[in-house]
Amino acid sequence: MEFAYLAAGFGAGLTIFGGALGIGKLAAAAMEASGRQPEAAGDIRTSMIIAAALIEGISLFALVVCILLALK
Amino acid sequence: MYSEEIKTVTDSLNAASSSQSESGTGWIMHHIMDSNTLDFEPFFSIQLPHLNLFGFDISITKHIVFMWIAFALLVLIFNIVAKSYKKSLLPKGLTNIMEVLVLFVRDEIAKPTIGKGYEKFLPYLLTVFFFILFCNFLGLIPYGSTATSNISVTATLAIISFIVIQAGGMMKNGAFRYFKGLIPGGVPGWLLPIMFVVEILGLFTKPFALAVRLFANMTAGHIVIMALLGLIFILQTFFVAPVSVAFALFIYLLEILVALIQAYIFTMLSSLFIGMAVHQDH
Repeated sequence: MEFAYLAAGFGAGLTIFGGALGIGKLAAAAMEASGRQPEAAGDIRTSMIIAAALIEGISLFALVVCILLALK
Repeated sequence: MYSEEIKTVTDSLNAASSSQSESGTGWIMHHIMDSNTLDFEPFFSIQLPHLNLFGFDISITKHIVFMWIAFALLVLIFNIVAKSYKKSLLPKGLTNIMEVLVLFVRDEIAKPTIGKGYEKFLPYLLTVFFFILFCNFLGLIPYGSTATSNISVTATLAIISFIVIQAGGMMKNGAFRYFKGLIPGGVPGWLLPIMFVVEILGLFTKPFALAVRLFANMTAGHIVIMALLGLIFILQTFFVAPVSVAFALFIYLLEILVALIQAYIFTMLSSLFIGMAVHQDH
């Protein structure tokens, strides 16, 4: 039963869903904060990029697991 | 410490490249993985030597050649930069660019996260930032290959970061007080054994996350570009070419951004962990 490919596909989809949700909420908060205080926009942008890269790091962990599944 | 994970990843990548060659997409994995030949595809191929030392395979591979190129570029550029400071303190040209980056690492990464005593760790942070940056950029030029898309390279960088973090923390705080200071204050007595285990595990998972984050980001970007371009070969029609190349170009530009961001994130997180190890009372 070749369920590994199916599992890899589902895993990748779910991971992207979670990651996109997290980064979307992050971007929304950053936009709102920049709108409230435009002078802090530079700091907010830096923190937003850091947090987005960390969230993406987590989703890439799951992607590595999916790739390992699909390749076995 | 990481040898089983490294073996698993490289075994499955090997299996992928051999299983895909029948279906005509083996070249995707071949372009991303390490290999013993330097391919300048339609023109010529340079076969790299296999070396063997006491049963360990230390043959020179594509990623090692590109690491050496990054090393040579770093030594060259920073020698020029350092010498130009002897002539005048006002930077011009190449020195100006490098000064912007060096000051960025010092003022945005090292000083806020380590605080007092950041000068001791600045050489290591600058080295790791520029090495990862150059390796990532070398993978983006044509015929280039990303050394940091190899889990062994990123695991080595993470292990070196781990050593710097622990050595920095132990030299500042003393070995025993460093381990005692891992557990935050004000914790009830019955929680202490679990807290200790959790903190020791945390010491190891943080560099592991650094390694996997850098490896996965670099490899995933290249796989997406190859897959988009391979769509032309799978569908075997010319009409998908404009769409495919346009998407691949967009992902390529994103890759440049990701190369910069990943170098910054690796350095920032290393410096954050160094700061947490050195000033434990935060």
